[in-house]
Amino acid sequence: MKRVVLRTLLYLLLILGALIMVFPFYWMIASSFKTAAEMNLFPPRMAPSNWFNFDNYVTAWHTAPFGTYFLNSIVVCFCSVGVVMFTTILAAFAFSRLKFPGRDLLFTLLLSMMMIPFELLVITNYQTMVKLGIYDTLYALVLPFTSSIFYTYILRNFFMSIPDSLYYSAQVDGSSNWKYLWKVMVPIARPSLVTILLLNAMASWNSFMWPKLVIVHDEFRTLPYGLFTFTTESGSNNEIIMAAATMVVLPMLILFLFARKQIVRGVARGGIKG
Amino acid sequence: MRVKMENLTKQFGTLTAVDHFNVEMEDGELIALLGPSGCGKSTILNMLAGILPVTDGKIWFDRDDVTKMPPEERGIGLVFQNYALYPHMSVLNNICFPLEIQKVPKEERIRRAKEMAELVHVETMLDRKPRQLSGGQQQRVAIARALVKNPRLLLLDEPLSNLDARLRLEMREEIRRIQQKTHVTTIFVTHDQEEAMSISDHIVLMKAGVKQQYDVPQALYNEPANQFVADFLGNPPINNLPGTFKDGVFYGDGGAKPVSIPRFQKDGETRVHLAVRAESFSVEPQESAETLVCTVKSVYQMGKEEMAILTFGGTDFRAYIASDYGFKAGDTAYLGLKKRGVFLFDENTGVRY
Repeated sequence: MKRVVLRTLLYLLLILGALIMVFPFYWMIASSFKTAAEMNLFPPRMAPSNWFNFDNYVTAWHTAPFGTYFLNSIVVCFCSVGVVMFTTILAAFAFSRLKFPGRDLLFTLLLSMMMIPFELLVITNYQTMVKLGIYDTLYALVLPFTSSIFYTYILRNFFMSIPDSLYYSAQVDGSSNWKYLWKVMVPIARPSLVTILLLNAMASWNSFMWPKLVIVHDEFRTLPYGLFTFTTESGSNNEIIMAAATMVVLPMLILFLFARKQIVRGVARGGIKG
Repeated sequence: MRVKMENLTKQFGTLTAVDHFNVEMEDGELIALLGPSGCGKSTILNMLAGILPVTDGKIWFDRDDVTKMPPEERGIGLVFQNYALYPHMSVLNNICFPLEIQKVPKEERIRRAKEMAELVHVETMLDRKPRQLSGGQQQRVAIARALVKNPRLLLLDEPLSNLDARLRLEMREEIRRIQQKTHVTTIFVTHDQEEAMSISDHIVLMKAGVKQQYDVPQALYNEPANQFVADFLGNPPINNLPGTFKDGVFYGDGGAKPVSIPRFQKDGETRVHLAVRAESFSVEPQESAETLVCTVKSVYQMGKEEMAILTFGGTDFRAYIASDYGFKAGDTAYLGLKKRGVFLFDENTGVRY
């Protein structure tokens, strides 16, 4: 009996937490279907009168070049995630499987760099971009994000849990390191890799501060930055801003809904090793 | 293929894992590398495979010096204790993998993989993943994968130690059968004397990186080279009676009556162990110069025989005795020594006299 009460309380608490998390999203989506008059009602209404009122979306899409933003975001996301995956896999392999002098020292050094907050690196990265002459281009959005110590760390831990005997077996069979990595290790590490891919894609998609710093021209803006300028330019039309925000969030929301099991499993696995 | 190891030595830092190891193995044989854990037997296997570099000495495969040859050129098949199957591949793909690396055309590699699967009796589970197989089945797949590229030498590292007792018995006969069918020279590592004795043609017994004896199984049992070999083989373990040996007479410790053992020749006075297998005692009707006068401590019925625990000069030992004599605890027994299974070892060096 006591258990049931305890459970009920626990679930109520969890449901409350979930509602607090979900409500802003609900409010954003609901508002995006409201008319301007509905938006200004007081007290506010929970639901729009018409759930299929896409006018705000059309308006938003035409007021700002959201198509360009979308394309930029997708290009940056694909390039950055692709390159990060590649460098992460190679680095994790080197730090887990290959033996070379100073390997562990080097890895410790890399790990210690994770303590430096990104905001601190922004200034030096900015200068690098300017000196490379790629300031205000899409390259500047990709280049600083072509490797990740954190993902390398997660993957290295996973790689280390793969028994040595698999490696030696493959070696005796004549497999090179390269073939072993792509034919054996990568397929085995797929859950970890999917997690890394998703986390990385989300981080890239949502990044705001960096694009705002290095991008000036409208044609190179990504979605979050585009949305930001859109909100300042479109003034007080909140229902249109909400429609634009929904468009920005939707792809990641869908991705997350489909892959949330993978994400949780991968993070747990990477953490406890094995 | 003949395998020859010449002064093979492996050092890990200051630790010598294998010390001047010399063995010549015949073609087509099943050879056991036997010894307690940490004796260097797996180290030797890994050096034969080329996974571990050799510190000193040479390895010959027939007439080729392979000491420095990379593993993939040696033409060996290797089965690990944990089987090392690729978890994401089906049984068929696992067996195919070595051929895929060698760029064998797809049709041929599937044909050869299926042949191997039939040989090891896993042909009905080609589409399964390793985790859907039992330990014994995984072992069979691992052997098939090692054999599919027609290696000159098959190496098995503790092939049976991950299996439960019943499967172990079955798989050990399977290994023998597969080896005899393929005639591939096979070396396997084990710490289980029974496993080594039952299926191998020759046994190398090792201790602390040093070869103790290399011979056919029965010879190791009947003619152990030293105390260690005698102690390691046999169940129950051999009895060791401490004492002094002088002029053909054994003076057991603890004031036991001296025993004349004229078959052993050793000048001077030496501290020794008289080592006697439990089945090598004979019950004599009366005391003589060549009998051990012992006291019976307890008797266990074992059907046609009895296992008796006796004491000789304060040292307890085990002996198989025919049930006819009806010994009871506290009786005095006169035991003679049979021809087989009686040895004299130096107490300190373990050298056999």
